[in-house]
Amino acid sequence: MTAVLTYLAGKTLRLATLLVAVCALSFWLMHISPIDPVQAYVGADMMLVSPDQRAAIAERWGLDEPPVEQFVLWATSLARGDMGTSMIYRQPVSTVIGERFLASLALMGTAWTLSGVFGFVLGVIAGRFRGTLIDRVIRWYCLTLASTPAFWLGLLLLMVFAVWLGLLPVGLASPAGMLAEDVTWLDRLRHLVLPALTLSIIGVANIALHTRQKLIDVLASDYAMFARARGESETGIILRHGLRNVALPALTLQFVGFSELFGGAVIAEQVFSYPGLGQATVQAGLHGDVPLLLGAVIVSTLFVFVGNLVADLLYRAIDPRTRAKAPS
Amino acid sequence: MNGAAPQTHPSAGRVSCSRLALSGRQRTLLTAALAALALGVIVAAGVLLPDTRLATDLGARNQAPSLANPFGTDWLGRDMLTRTARGLTTSLALGMAAASVSALLALALGMAAATLGKAADAAVSWLIDLFLSVPHIVLLILISFAFGGGARGVIIGIVLTHWPALARIIRAEILALRGSEFVRVSRRLGRSNLHIATRHMFPHVFPQFLVGLILLFPHAILHEAAVTFLGFGLPPHEPAVGIILAEAMMHLSTGRWWLALFPGLALLAMVRAFDILGDNTRALLDPRTAHE
Repeated sequence: MTAVLTYLAGKTLRLATLLVAVCALSFWLMHISPIDPVQAYVGADMMLVSPDQRAAIAERWGLDEPPVEQFVLWATSLARGDMGTSMIYRQPVSTVIGERFLASLALMGTAWTLSGVFGFVLGVIAGRFRGTLIDRVIRWYCLTLASTPAFWLGLLLLMVFAVWLGLLPVGLASPAGMLAEDVTWLDRLRHLVLPALTLSIIGVANIALHTRQKLIDVLASDYAMFARARGESETGIILRHGLRNVALPALTLQFVGFSELFGGAVIAEQVFSYPGLGQATVQAGLHGDVPLLLGAVIVSTLFVFVGNLVADLLYRAIDPRTRAKAPS
Repeated sequence: MNGAAPQTHPSAGRVSCSRLALSGRQRTLLTAALAALALGVIVAAGVLLPDTRLATDLGARNQAPSLANPFGTDWLGRDMLTRTARGLTTSLALGMAAASVSALLALALGMAAATLGKAADAAVSWLIDLFLSVPHIVLLILISFAFGGGARGVIIGIVLTHWPALARIIRAEILALRGSEFVRVSRRLGRSNLHIATRHMFPHVFPQFLVGLILLFPHAILHEAAVTFLGFGLPPHEPAVGIILAEAMMHLSTGRWWLALFPGLALLAMVRAFDILGDNTRALLDPRTAHE
């Protein structure tokens, strides 16, 4: 019991130091940026805004304070749950992120599940028929996917399904010009298909190659050989010994992949103009919306941390050896 | 797919390579050489294709691929093949420069972590965790923003995001070397830490470093293209693949499929060529697989 508590305390401390460092680093990067937030906020209205008004805006945001005080100011309000106001959406950052992160989660969750299942199945098939044509085809497919730019794949899918076949909409989570309450879940689903497909296709490669290698290791093990000697069929060995040993490491790998998943979502959302957090991050960066960008960085860091934490816990659950060791 | 299927023993699945009567090593060498050749062709095309093919030619706008313009032409009548080759060369130069600096950073930090004691090790491990805790694309956006966009922001972003994985490998390798016989003997002979690091350890990790460096290139190139595509990287007047594809997206609904298909395919081929080159170099340098 104490081991678990020490473990959790260590993890919490780690998250705390990482978060503080990520916040400080991001804040510093924002600070040295030549992009003037006031200018970015004013945008096209620059002729209509007098220097006095600019100074007023800067004062209202505390931009006239020295950088360290700005950081302390921002960090204390962050600790109270106030992430500031997004300049481009004219809403509190927490509201923007809350809405958009849900949309992103729907997208990432779908892609995560699909890529996990298909990657696993492909990996098991390739490992089972190692060295045959089907194995080589699957491996070639996965290695090629790993080199494929996600945004280009998204463009191709858009071209085929939206422009040529006209089956699916070109973008947006809901049809343009419709009130939010009129949007049916079917509409939302239709707009989710292509970005989710892009993310799933890209995500398959890693998990399939990993599963293939693991299964080959299992099939070369002593217990698999013993089972073979007892006269078990190859399929039986895979069902009874292979899958159990391969499934959990694969699941762990999927959780470790949260970072790449989020990165992929940023690109897919931008290509399909899907209104998720990734697209908001890009817009915030392009338009100099510092509070929103900082908020997105924090949320993505937490997201990656949760993925790694779950992977870590899964490892402990699967492998008794990691539990026996005293937590360092 | 049942018990009647042929029993494939794991070690029986060796890929046959007898068709060309080449040994495994020769095949590996040949593959690596072909990948290098493919990269050479791309760079040669980027450098040698004349500027005249990029001139605005309103008489030849929006032409589908033909013999004269294998990749078609864009809305200004510019040859897409030339634009793609230029863009890939830019991405390649940028990616290689950034990845090289990043790999050197990884080497320095990995060696420092493994040789300079516990505090240095903890510090480097924490730095690795820090840079892996934010998704790469988000960090790249952040750094690009900090430097106001442009090539400088992309290069610094790639340098800062790509080192952690390689640094981990080098750190582990050197930690394993530290306990080895020849290092201990050398230390007993009174050799300095610097001597041991440069004469004994560096030659050992060099192959790993080289392979890691080659395998960083494709990552760096893909990230550069993605960040530029999103609008944070190179400015629109630069010939970059990310720019070409971002423009292609704006013309998507016109049905000019060649604008997006070929440049992306060429980018994919270039990245894949680097991967193949890296994997085969690894196979050649690793004594366990050098003669397979």
